[in-house]
Amino acid sequence: MIRMFSYAAGAILTLVLMVSLFATVKEAIVSPAEASVEYEYHREPKDLKLASDGPLGKFDRAQLQRGLQVYTEVCAACHGISLVSFRDLAALGYNEGQIKAFAGSGNFWKIEVASVNPDTGEASTRKATPADRFPSPYPNDTAARAANRNALPPDLSLIAKAREGGAAYTYSLLVGYEQQPAELLKHFPTAKTPEGLYYNPYFANLNLAMPPPLTSEGQVSYGEGAPKATVDQMSKDVSAFLVWTAEPKLENRHRTGIVVVVFLLFATFLGYLSYKNIWAEAKRKVAPKGPLDPDNMARRNRAKGKAGIEG
Amino acid sequence: MSFSWAKPYEPKSNLSKWIDDRLPLPRLVYGAIGGGYPVPRNLNYFWNFGVLAGIFLMVQIVTGIALAMHYYSSIDGAFNSVEHIMRNVNAGWMLRYAHANGASFFFIVVYIHIFRSLFYGSYKAPRELIWMLGLVIYLLMMATAFMGYVLPWGQMSYWGAQVITGFFSAFPLVGEPIRIWLLGGYTPDQAALTRFFSLHYLMPFVIAGVVMLHIWSLHIPGSNNPTGVDVKSEKDTLPFHPFYTAKDGWFVGAVLTAYCLMLFFAPNALGHPDNYIPANPLSTPAHIVPEWYFLPFYAILKAFTIDFILPAKLWGVLAMFGSILLLFLLPWLDNSPVRSGNYRPVFKRFFVILVIDVLVLGWAGGATVTPTVVAISQIATAYYFAHFLIILPLIAKHEDTLPLPSSISASALHGELQESAPIGTSKTAIAAAE
Amino acid sequence: MPHHVPIGTKLITTKPIRLRVSMATLEQSAGSPEPGANENDGVRRRDFINIAAVSFAGVGAAAVVMPMLYQMNPSADVLALASSEVDISKIATGQAIKTVWRKQPVFVRNLTPKEIAEANAVDLGSLRDPQTLAERTKPDKQNWLITLGVCTHLGCIPLGTGEGENRGPFGGYFCPCHGSAYDTAARIRSGPAPTNLVVPEYAFTSDTVVTIG
Repeated sequence: MIRMFSYAAGAILTLVLMVSLFATVKEAIVSPAEASVEYEYHREPKDLKLASDGPLGKFDRAQLQRGLQVYTEVCAACHGISLVSFRDLAALGYNEGQIKAFAGSGNFWKIEVASVNPDTGEASTRKATPADRFPSPYPNDTAARAANRNALPPDLSLIAKAREGGAAYTYSLLVGYEQQPAELLKHFPTAKTPEGLYYNPYFANLNLAMPPPLTSEGQVSYGEGAPKATVDQMSKDVSAFLVWTAEPKLENRHRTGIVVVVFLLFATFLGYLSYKNIWAEAKRKVAPKGPLDPDNMARRNRAKGKAGIEG
Repeated sequence: MSFSWAKPYEPKSNLSKWIDDRLPLPRLVYGAIGGGYPVPRNLNYFWNFGVLAGIFLMVQIVTGIALAMHYYSSIDGAFNSVEHIMRNVNAGWMLRYAHANGASFFFIVVYIHIFRSLFYGSYKAPRELIWMLGLVIYLLMMATAFMGYVLPWGQMSYWGAQVITGFFSAFPLVGEPIRIWLLGGYTPDQAALTRFFSLHYLMPFVIAGVVMLHIWSLHIPGSNNPTGVDVKSEKDTLPFHPFYTAKDGWFVGAVLTAYCLMLFFAPNALGHPDNYIPANPLSTPAHIVPEWYFLPFYAILKAFTIDFILPAKLWGVLAMFGSILLLFLLPWLDNSPVRSGNYRPVFKRFFVILVIDVLVLGWAGGATVTPTVVAISQIATAYYFAHFLIILPLIAKHEDTLPLPSSISASALHGELQESAPIGTSKTAIAAAE
Repeated sequence: MPHHVPIGTKLITTKPIRLRVSMATLEQSAGSPEPGANENDGVRRRDFINIAAVSFAGVGAAAVVMPMLYQMNPSADVLALASSEVDISKIATGQAIKTVWRKQPVFVRNLTPKEIAEANAVDLGSLRDPQTLAERTKPDKQNWLITLGVCTHLGCIPLGTGEGENRGPFGGYFCPCHGSAYDTAARIRSGPAPTNLVVPEYAFTSDTVVTIG
């Protein structure tokens, strides 16, 4: 009975799927989808090697500090990193005094932290303290769009984890701006980069609302002993910084991971030896009696006697 | 216990006797996982995955309770609370990654456990109820995992919720009202988030209860084994403790090592970057995909593209639910008396095709939609249903099975019998002892 | 893969001579690990690996409990707010303000010379919780009395900071909940509270700014 229903149900489902398959194949042959301009011209991110790569990766603090500098001097005009607190910068090697000065300096923070005027109760601002988070450049999304031709500059706190390719993607994007190739316009004449957008093959839609933020060498002046502030170097440094903002606990994670995995490997090894030890008897004897069982002891002594073995 | 030679519980100390006289918990444990539970001696490592599933359930419950101390389920604050856990809570990053990757490993382990049952016929009589309880656990796991993924309120959380609750609107008449009732609104919003948090906290304990029923019903017939032949005598079994506690113990260590390698060194490998973007109801991600463990079902859902009596969307939803619900009928669809695939060569070949088919469905569910991918998923879906609804019943009726061993010990001992007999015992005496 | 045997066939042995030798070796190895050692030693040696494996697992299980307990400690953002700065430049002599530290009320009072004298005149023996005003203030800033605004009885916020508030019979603070009365040095003088208002750790980072905590 069940079998009848089962064959029927199976036949119906298979039939419906074959009809769908036929339609799919027919459509693919009759009106094949054309490759889109994005499909043809989008490029995978370039390779980027960072100190934090790999299972034993550690942050390069000097690079992170340079990246912070690039962020505050260039990116912070439009992008917030509102999940990062000023006190987190201690991980970059700054001390309490430096962080306090940095937070409250008003040098970079055009918008101070929102607060309430204690005398009148009106909305106002106050100087940031280390306990505060980085303030966003715009009070809300609408203001952000209004200032950027309806484009919303994303918050960069998690950008390295929120994009396929991570830091390699942000790095490629920053150095990847170029003129739209003539070849593209030949094949896709309607795909000219619109006014107000910029062509960047590393961006999924190819045309990005962000103008190239890093344009000239020395745009940010790195201090003594630092590498030259080329566009490439600045892009690498800010990308490394963004890996830190996305994953400040990376070094803890790697360190703990080594300890835990080594412990587990050793414990598994001991467990395996114990398993082998316990099963050694099971695979030999039919009845799972141990070596101290009188029958088995008697057997062993007889066998030893027969074989002439002492002891 | 069901086996007459199972050792009865004997309290080792005065304390254990005192407790046992008042609450028979020590004897329950002894009879369930101690020296008093005989288990076939020939189990292979595919039998380790049940215990592993239990371990990962406990991992999820413990890490989940810790996370719930810091998470808050408001649509404005949920995403930030998860980042608060990652950045500010002591060892919060470890708890979060443990919970996210624990879910993945829970599913990996359960899938291997299910496929073990499919191959060795563990769903057949007298274990049908164990099988069905297992499917109930699986359905509860899927619901729990879906709701858990919504909680961080990222882009994938929101849009995944939108898509999955959208399934219900495929049903005519009652569909849309049910969807609105489930969400408490017209779209995933505050009401949906808080109720998903409440239910996500509840379900693992319901799962734990069903797991106990699952294990209890297992202990009536005892475990199946790779030959599928029933246990006949004491020679066929070994006490669970210490033999299988040792075997389970070391293998748990190995799997935990793999789990920790993923947790500490590739914690986002199985996740989707879009879920690190806060949910935006006004912006749909380029590719909405569920977590990897749902991908085969997602492929089945998307395979139906033509309206044929019923709308394509309804076919997809029915097929998706049907693909799991038909498994409840498996003991009757495949009622061959031979349990293990080792002795069913035709079944074995089709089983291999099934495994490949499910992997293909998984790939297709996550791949970018192109006509090739759709066509492949249509073929793979057709095979999936044909396998269970047409092929298995036909095989069960018409196959030639290989001869079964006379007993577990006969198949498992490879002649150790004569090796362990006293020197000088004659061949016939050895054979008679077998 | 299990070695399957057609039903009904008996096991057949082969090569008996080789078996005999190997049996002897097996019998021996199945017994003690080396000739001459007694059985008890062998069993204990074998059990050692089991004990070692279980101990390691136990250590692992205990180690897992640690992060579970550790995560309940105050998180980094809570610890960051563990100290607050207060600007005291606007507090005139005889005035007090209420401010917040670790989400609790703090009273900052600028004592008048009369209040200081009153506090110093009290006989320590008569105090429930004997402390001098000097012990409760900084050496050259005796006029600045900084205490928690939490009554040590059951936690209400005492009156006395605001203009016109009831300062109680001893001219300090007065708790309306159960009548605890504090003096000008915020020491308990009558009522159910057991100890003086708590003086938190604080420091003058400048003449006009105090950092509490």
